[in-house]
Amino acid sequence: MERVIEILESVKPGVDFRKEKALVDDGILESFDIITLIAKLNEEFDVEFTVKEVIPENFNSAEAIYDTVCKLEEE
Amino acid sequence: MKKCITDYLDITLSRWPKKIVFGEKDKTITYEEFVVKAKTLATRILSLDLYNKPIIIFTDKSINTLVGMFGVLYSANYYTVVDRNMPENRIKSIIDTLGVKLALVDDASSSLFDELNLGIDKILIDEISEKIDEELIKKAHDRLININPAYVLFTSGSTGEPKGSVISHRSLIDYVSWFSETFNIDESVIFGSQTPFYFSMSVSDVFSTVYNGASLYIIPKSCFSFPMKLVEFLDEKMVNTIYWVPSAMAIVANLKTFDVVKPKTLRKVLFAGEVMPMRVLNTWRKAMPDLFYANLYGPTELTDICTYYVVNREFKDDEVLPIGRVCDNAEAIILDENNKEALEGELCIKGSIMGLGYFNNKEKTNSTFILNPVNDSYIEYIYKTGDIVKYNEYGELIYLSRKDFQIKHMGYRIELGEIEANINAFDKIDLCACIYANEKIVLYYQGKSSIEDVYKYANEKLVSYMRPQIVKKLQRMPINANGKIDRTKLKEMFEEE
Repeated sequence: MERVIEILESVKPGVDFRKEKALVDDGILESFDIITLIAKLNEEFDVEFTVKEVIPENFNSAEAIYDTVCKLEEE
Repeated sequence: MKKCITDYLDITLSRWPKKIVFGEKDKTITYEEFVVKAKTLATRILSLDLYNKPIIIFTDKSINTLVGMFGVLYSANYYTVVDRNMPENRIKSIIDTLGVKLALVDDASSSLFDELNLGIDKILIDEISEKIDEELIKKAHDRLININPAYVLFTSGSTGEPKGSVISHRSLIDYVSWFSETFNIDESVIFGSQTPFYFSMSVSDVFSTVYNGASLYIIPKSCFSFPMKLVEFLDEKMVNTIYWVPSAMAIVANLKTFDVVKPKTLRKVLFAGEVMPMRVLNTWRKAMPDLFYANLYGPTELTDICTYYVVNREFKDDEVLPIGRVCDNAEAIILDENNKEALEGELCIKGSIMGLGYFNNKEKTNSTFILNPVNDSYIEYIYKTGDIVKYNEYGELIYLSRKDFQIKHMGYRIELGEIEANINAFDKIDLCACIYANEKIVLYYQGKSSIEDVYKYANEKLVSYMRPQIVKKLQRMPINANGKIDRTKLKEMFEEE
């Protein structure tokens, strides 16, 4: 979870990622942020986000992102 | 006589008043409602006694922007679309260049506009309610001539200062009629619009919509980070025609979206704005082989497009897609450094799609809008595109590179674009771009591949003098305001290191 937060902070500094629960819905993460984020997550956790995981619900909070990564790691 | 694009909108209106012309995610507007709004706005503009003057539109990409554009056109003035998310210094530079006195804003952009303190008057697009003064609008139309500007669009400034390309009503009408005929745009077409309205590509889908009684839906930006949502949106609005930049198509292709979902109603896929990575196009064609694909090419200075290629054969991932042949009613001339006709050289175009030069910039205008050096008999201007091209064995034009990207390295003349096309074929790379700095070829890329593997790949695919000497991996490529790779930024990054 800490690593996810670190990655988020590197993509978009100055956001309290522990608190925010609507990163996508409130427009905190924009189009290109999502693409960067996916690239970093893929590399850092050695997973591969497919289009099925790339949906707003999976990116609205650090927790949601972390859960998605865990799910991918299990596969 | 018909001398303004709104004359065609009036005809469309009389045929399909109740049809949807434009839509957003949760909002649509019919031709009838749209023209009422545009004419109401025109009445308000005309009450300020403006004729043939620039007016800026300061909004998010929305139906309001379109109301603003057509309101200005009905008033016989010309517009510049300024995105409210543009950097402040760019907005100010555009306003200074135009010497503009009036801005159209909407509720969503009004407070930001006030914060910028630009010292110009504003009209709130969504708050006007006066009665349409048809007579006033007719008077303005009677005065209008078709060589007046319809709009000024500022190019992304890959060369630094933004330049405002001035396009006349005549160029716009001629262009739109060509676009409609060539790509069979009619009232059955439903566009899914991706490009910003301050970018010349949007001229094609927006104006061919009103010219033909088609419909156009603005795709929310966020759809381009979530391809599943994108396909859902296209299906819901029954979009059958798209005209996007290759980067947008690459996002969909790179996430292997088509393994899971495919757009159901899509028929025509047009693209322009940058070189299409062949691997991306092949992914689309493999998933949807029956669609119509065409590569369009042209600069803002020529309204939008001057050559096109309808994809009609197979290409390998490392081949280059032709830019094809010149549009009807335009002619291509290839000139060498000494302004003599050549087989390979700078592409120059003549025809009525040629713009009126750069606003308040005589020097730049005179350097690219020149009298045809191979015609001494009468006045004939050509536009020098700055792009190096040649013909292939099929008689199709091939884009080689920007004139500025053609480098002389170790005694060889090299097109950086050719290196990029080769590296782009590597399936572990999403995007790449080359710059030439300190006499070295530097390749930047974004993708899964390790730097070592990129070197290996380059060694296999490229002759030794074309191999990049420095390869750098980026988490993401810098992208400019128009969604293209920002090469100026890459150069700056390199110099800073």
